[in-house]
Amino acid sequence: MAITDIKTFAHLTAADIETLGQELDSIRRSVELSRGARDARYIRRSIAAQRGLEVAGRAVLFGSRNRWAWLTGTVLLSVAKIIENMELGHNVSHGQWDWMNDPEIHSSSWEWDMTGPSSQWRRAHNYSHHTYTNVLGKDEDLGFGIMRMTRDEQWKPIHLMQPLANLLLATTFEWGIALHDLSIEKELADTPPRELMSQPNRDFARKISRQVAKDFLIYPALTGPAFKQTLKANALANLVRNLWAYAVIFCGHFPDGAEKFTIEQLENETSAEWYLRQMLGSANFKAGPAMAFMSGNLCYQIEHHLFPDLPSNRYPEIAARVRELCDKYDLPYTTGSLGKQYLLAFRTIHKLALPDRFLKATADNAPETSSERKFAGITLPSIGTGWDLTLPGAESTHWLRIDPETGKRRGLRSALHEAKVVLKEKARQEKELLREAKAALREKAKHEQEMLREATLALQERARHEQAALRRKAVRDKPFRFGRRRR
Amino acid sequence: MGSKRGGFSVRGVREWLEAPAASVAERGGRLNVLRGAVARVTTPLLPDDYLHLANPLWSARELRGRIVEVRKETADSATLVIKPGWGFDFKYQPGQYIGIGILVDGRWHWRSYSLTCPPNWTEPGHGGKRLISIAVKAMPEGFLSSHLVSGVPVGTVVRLAAPQGGFVLPYPPPEKVLFLTAGSGITPVMSMLRAMDRRELVTDVLHLHSARTADDVMFGAELRALHDRNPSFRSHLHLTGEHGKFALADLDSKFPDWRERHTWACGPAAMLDEIDDHWRDVGRSDRLHVERFEIERSAVGEGGTVTFGKSGRTTEVDGATSLLEAGESVGVRMPFGCRMGICQTCVVTVNSGYVRDLRNGDEHREGDKVQTCISAAAGDCTLDV
Repeated sequence: MAITDIKTFAHLTAADIETLGQELDSIRRSVELSRGARDARYIRRSIAAQRGLEVAGRAVLFGSRNRWAWLTGTVLLSVAKIIENMELGHNVSHGQWDWMNDPEIHSSSWEWDMTGPSSQWRRAHNYSHHTYTNVLGKDEDLGFGIMRMTRDEQWKPIHLMQPLANLLLATTFEWGIALHDLSIEKELADTPPRELMSQPNRDFARKISRQVAKDFLIYPALTGPAFKQTLKANALANLVRNLWAYAVIFCGHFPDGAEKFTIEQLENETSAEWYLRQMLGSANFKAGPAMAFMSGNLCYQIEHHLFPDLPSNRYPEIAARVRELCDKYDLPYTTGSLGKQYLLAFRTIHKLALPDRFLKATADNAPETSSERKFAGITLPSIGTGWDLTLPGAESTHWLRIDPETGKRRGLRSALHEAKVVLKEKARQEKELLREAKAALREKAKHEQEMLREATLALQERARHEQAALRRKAVRDKPFRFGRRRR
Repeated sequence: MGSKRGGFSVRGVREWLEAPAASVAERGGRLNVLRGAVARVTTPLLPDDYLHLANPLWSARELRGRIVEVRKETADSATLVIKPGWGFDFKYQPGQYIGIGILVDGRWHWRSYSLTCPPNWTEPGHGGKRLISIAVKAMPEGFLSSHLVSGVPVGTVVRLAAPQGGFVLPYPPPEKVLFLTAGSGITPVMSMLRAMDRRELVTDVLHLHSARTADDVMFGAELRALHDRNPSFRSHLHLTGEHGKFALADLDSKFPDWRERHTWACGPAAMLDEIDDHWRDVGRSDRLHVERFEIERSAVGEGGTVTFGKSGRTTEVDGATSLLEAGESVGVRMPFGCRMGICQTCVVTVNSGYVRDLRNGDEHREGDKVQTCISAAAGDCTLDV
């Protein structure tokens, strides 16, 4: 089962976690204090650039009967939609720019270019997902209700369809999000599920009809004879945006190393433990400035989960400080290239489509989820002295918190590393044993075969002897019978 | 797409077309149809989102203005002349104030200032240049007022809120009027005097103004000119630097008819409290109109009375209780989310007073939007919920 006790899993004491929390708080405070004209200029320019791209894209599509105009318009519109969705819609709705006190760039009034209403997304995402990040049964972003993303969740035959569900979710991502948010909204607002004219349903219907009408009816109609081409361009731009948003989200939450948690962990969670949960539950991917911008700076997913309401343009500098903290507390900082992170998520999706009996690892020690029990029963290298921490279920094992040679803290990162080494060694030893046993068996089999062969030979020999004896006896008796007939 | 009666009507179509812009452009008139129609295409954005990129004054979502002149009044006060953008209603009443938002270091700061200009009646001969003015006095601790008096360049775009306030001069004005002002408390009265002057309806007006020195008197020359034109207007200057605070007990000896006058008073809170008491003692409260600019800094503290504007409920809280808890304790339907200050679900606007962020001690005030789950009352305050 996923992590139930983050302290033990992180190899930190309560006091350590508390100081880590204070250090993260001071990062937050220093960014808050230094927010100013430079940041405001950044978001205003981003908005102006996005509006410009969109207007240009729409304008070019008026000539979309020309193939090049069609292509240019589609690319411009796709880029505009991606920026609008990631850097503007997502981040503004998180309240990252609320400090500017500008009613036009404020979480309470921003409406985005996606099918679902912003207000529903804000509740589902900002509240449900960001408060209960990766808590099983609480965070419904874990697989978005249609996929099994951890083996903590029981396998059902429907999961065999997972590869297909994944493809469907990726291509229609905005619809997936919209429906997902609607259901959470109804749940949070305690709306009877069968009441058709409920407020959430009406908000939803109004928004989706506007979105659909705009992209698939009004704009195509405005371009007159180019109706079909504009329609295709709009649909393609939406598809491109969907695929990109999907990829970014999956890379931030489902590569190996993004841990899952249980409700037990949530009970009495301190704010410092909340920080730690966000750090261990998210994953980054490496990106240059352009890709970072296009991902809405969600390549810094760890930083975003720690400080969802700090301005996105500050994440790179925050990331440097968070990495320092990870080094200091010897905590893992899960990151990798976009391709690698996606492939890891992709592997999990396809692996977990299968029933558990086809899977080797358990929910305590799998690539996509592990728990503090991962370390139990593993004899980690220990040195008898020092301040040590005992792991549950492994009373004899002591964890040395400071490396006596380097003087560095030894935490989760070392533990994971050593567990990996130990497990590998264990696996190697088992393999060796297996090989030896196999050899012994083969030897035994050979021996028995040999014995069998000898026994067969002996039997054959005996049979031959007996046959010969019989033959001799027959020869002896032959003249008598002959003579009697003749005479 | 029809009217409510089910049939197809021009009005129904018009309503349907206007619908998308209805929430943001109450002042649009016929333009709303066009705005609504364009909004159908630009959804989820509004035409504004594009228009204000071209010209910030074209915003219909909120009033905007451009500062066209900064005129020094005294060493520490200035008049700002503002050209309001699309949709400003010039038919306000003299004495009212406007909300004004100024961008400083990337953040909009929101304050209220009395209009000093008379309303721009559309009667012939009164149509001015469609400008408004406010007078600002730099306060020692007033970060924004200092910025406005000494630092704001001409051409700056500001946000505006429609004129409001009940401290107004009725029309026609009463026969006998007393204005009691001190410091920058003269500003709303200035608007009243200018309006009377423009309408040529200066009745028997007595104006008693307190200032520290003669140099600190705002609009001194104008008051003199006004007296020269209208003998029925008398202005008395009380210099507190020389004579100390004006004693209300002297009213009887100096202006024996003060009880017959309708009085408008504006100035520091202590002075207004005293005036309030004095008028009540002589049973003349019904003739007294008082304008309190804002809560005095000394009144900002820990906790206070929280008023929930829309639901009309109030509660007394200490400085450690979050506004969210305060609202829920008296049954106000407060928006809520994570209850730890990260999700922005619980954001509401502060209508008046001060609120403190419990995490870092930052102070928020009128016009700011705050997260109620991590904010507490810092003195009396009103929330828009």
